[in-house]
Amino acid sequence: MAKSKSAYSVPGKKGKLDTHIIVVWVDNESGVLARVVGLFSGRGYNIESLAVAEVDSKLSISRITIVTTGTPQVIEQIKLQLKKLVPVHKVADFKREDKKVIFKEMALFKFVGNNNRRQKALNACKKYDAVILDNTNKSCVIQITALRREIDKMSINLKKFGLISISRTGAVAMTRGSEVFK
Amino acid sequence: MPKLSTGAEIVFKCLEDQKVEYIFGYPGGAVLPIYDELKNHSSLKHILVRHEQGAGHAAEGYARSSGKPGVVLVTSGPGATNVVTALTDAYMDSIPLVCISGQVPTHLIGTDAFQECDTTGITRPCTKHNWLVKDIKDLSKIIHKAFEVATTGRPGPVLVDIPKDIQFQKTTYSKYIKKKKLNGKKSNSFNKSDIDELIKLMSNANKPIFYTGGGVINSGPKASDLLRELVYLTGFPITSTLQGLGSFPGDDAQFLGMLGMHGTYEANNAMHDCDLMINIGARFDDRITGKIDEFSPKSKKVHIDIDPSSINKNVKVELPIVGDVQDVISSIIKKIKKTKPNFAKSNRQKISKWWEKIQKWRQKKSLNYINSTETIKPQYAVQRLYELTKNKDTYITTEVGQHQMWAAQHYKFDKPNRWMTSGGLGTMGYGLPAAVGVQVAHPNKLVIDIAGEASVLMTMQEMSTAVQYSLPIKIFILNNEYMGMVRQWQELLHDKNYSESYTAALPDFVKLAEAYGCVGIRATTPEELDDKIIEMVNTDRPVIFDCLVDKQENCFPMIPSGKPHNQMLLGPKDQKENKITRKGKILV
Repeated sequence: MAKSKSAYSVPGKKGKLDTHIIVVWVDNESGVLARVVGLFSGRGYNIESLAVAEVDSKLSISRITIVTTGTPQVIEQIKLQLKKLVPVHKVADFKREDKKVIFKEMALFKFVGNNNRRQKALNACKKYDAVILDNTNKSCVIQITALRREIDKMSINLKKFGLISISRTGAVAMTRGSEVFK
Repeated sequence: MPKLSTGAEIVFKCLEDQKVEYIFGYPGGAVLPIYDELKNHSSLKHILVRHEQGAGHAAEGYARSSGKPGVVLVTSGPGATNVVTALTDAYMDSIPLVCISGQVPTHLIGTDAFQECDTTGITRPCTKHNWLVKDIKDLSKIIHKAFEVATTGRPGPVLVDIPKDIQFQKTTYSKYIKKKKLNGKKSNSFNKSDIDELIKLMSNANKPIFYTGGGVINSGPKASDLLRELVYLTGFPITSTLQGLGSFPGDDAQFLGMLGMHGTYEANNAMHDCDLMINIGARFDDRITGKIDEFSPKSKKVHIDIDPSSINKNVKVELPIVGDVQDVISSIIKKIKKTKPNFAKSNRQKISKWWEKIQKWRQKKSLNYINSTETIKPQYAVQRLYELTKNKDTYITTEVGQHQMWAAQHYKFDKPNRWMTSGGLGTMGYGLPAAVGVQVAHPNKLVIDIAGEASVLMTMQEMSTAVQYSLPIKIFILNNEYMGMVRQWQELLHDKNYSESYTAALPDFVKLAEAYGCVGIRATTPEELDDKIIEMVNTDRPVIFDCLVDKQENCFPMIPSGKPHNQMLLGPKDQKENKITRKGKILV
């Protein structure tokens, strides 16, 4: 890019992009997800995946897990902005490479085809804790839990075994060991 | 059995508990129960505006000049959408507003009912927080929380949306109990070592500068007093952002004037060349920093701010100090007094060369302009206005554009909360309603809106409000028949193609004043200007002052696009040599 001569609004150098998993504990009230997601879209940050559910019904706390990519500065800004939201209790941030954290996604695969092909599909899924949720003489639904990239790969490789429909969740995360994030 | 109150009563009880004195509002279908209740609460005065945007800006003016939150009451649908500009303005400039909006009855929400809109959805990105009240039992808790959120931390606007049926329902009212912490979000998180580190940097600096902003004003008048003490104690030069004007006396020798796009030559050069920059309550806005890569390349930067998300947002700093400006400065002063009682003396030698350099920059006299005996130069008009009103503890509001910059450059403020301007959002039409709000807060003070003829027409209808409540605001219009700043940029950046920036068919402002039932004054020559200004100041009624100024005057100094931050455009003579490149034009 040619060096711009403007004194204003010149995009600075782009830093290295990292994938982060951001976990947010929020009050489970209406509109709270819109606040969190709106903060991302309003500032032009990207959400790769999202998982949200209530984790404490007594205190009505929901846990939102967001996978996002950004420069270290953007990630820092996302966290600080999230912390400013009134219904947000705490914010944790993990790098995808972090060894101390477990990440998992779940996927449902529907296969249509003869017995032989379905068996092959099941075998291919086995290393990802495959569970058969539905089985007919023409089709089956298999559930797997794995990492994002593993599911990405599977959803391409399994096409040949009659994979016709995929449904998958966003990532959820938890630290290893006895510690919890405070 | 405990006494039951309606939702509408609870709204007022909350406002009374919060010691609210004025509400700026406009009635409509979905807030009628609240308006019906107004008569029973004599301690609250309602100011009826002419447009909901005016209510918002008036509340902003009230809040900015008094330090108290401004309260706005509007109806559903168009009432709420009209106030969005003012909410966004308050959000950008960190002004505490509590907006109460009516909503269609709960059972009609989501049915596209008459005057229904998704108010909390629309205002989510322009408020600190908002609430849709779904249960009467939550109402008082929510309103009190709304005040807490608006006024704590970095202040800002909040909105409470109350469906009409909730306003009729009854419950017991729970009193307000003041809590210290807000959802675990405390404002001060600096410690002693931060202060020690700062003092170390200060004593090692050869070319230090204070760069202060609106955070000093928001921290309260005490913060401005402490800032003065700190600046005198250290002998350092100080510059201020647009929003920070008034926190330090504008005519003091240590003050370099405003910085940024239309800041002084000395302030911008000092910012560029300094080796220690102490940012107090400012946010490295793009109008200040220019090109980030070349912004003050040699300095260590310290950032004192109450909002952690402001730190490292635009500019990376070496030492962040998160806390309320007043508390931080007071800790710094205490520490200096204790450990380095002779700081100023021992430091004077060290920074004397720095001051010499600054004096050289000052000699450029970058705010100078070529005066005329035939036409009124806008800068001259502001200077005369300043000279003739400076002893009156005057409150100044502005619209947005050239006149705003001239006011910031030539009107010297020496107290905080005297300067109300739309900085972040840059809302044309802010000044007139803001003046209404300021005058409501300070009924016996002189309140002047330094305006442009284009901006002021955007909210001119609020003159009617000023007349209704006998608010003697003065609208000082620098009338050049152009959207001046647009015209200036077109001249400098778009080959003098003045596309749609000339306003033909302007109203006769003197007759307009009379139509509104206020006083119209016109000045056409520099000779008569002083007398006319004095006439305006001495008029005990609202005045529209039509000051016919030079149509071609540009606002200098200016950091032109295509030039580094420390090479400013100083005046008409300078212009030719500093041609702006094509590439620069699109990137301003």
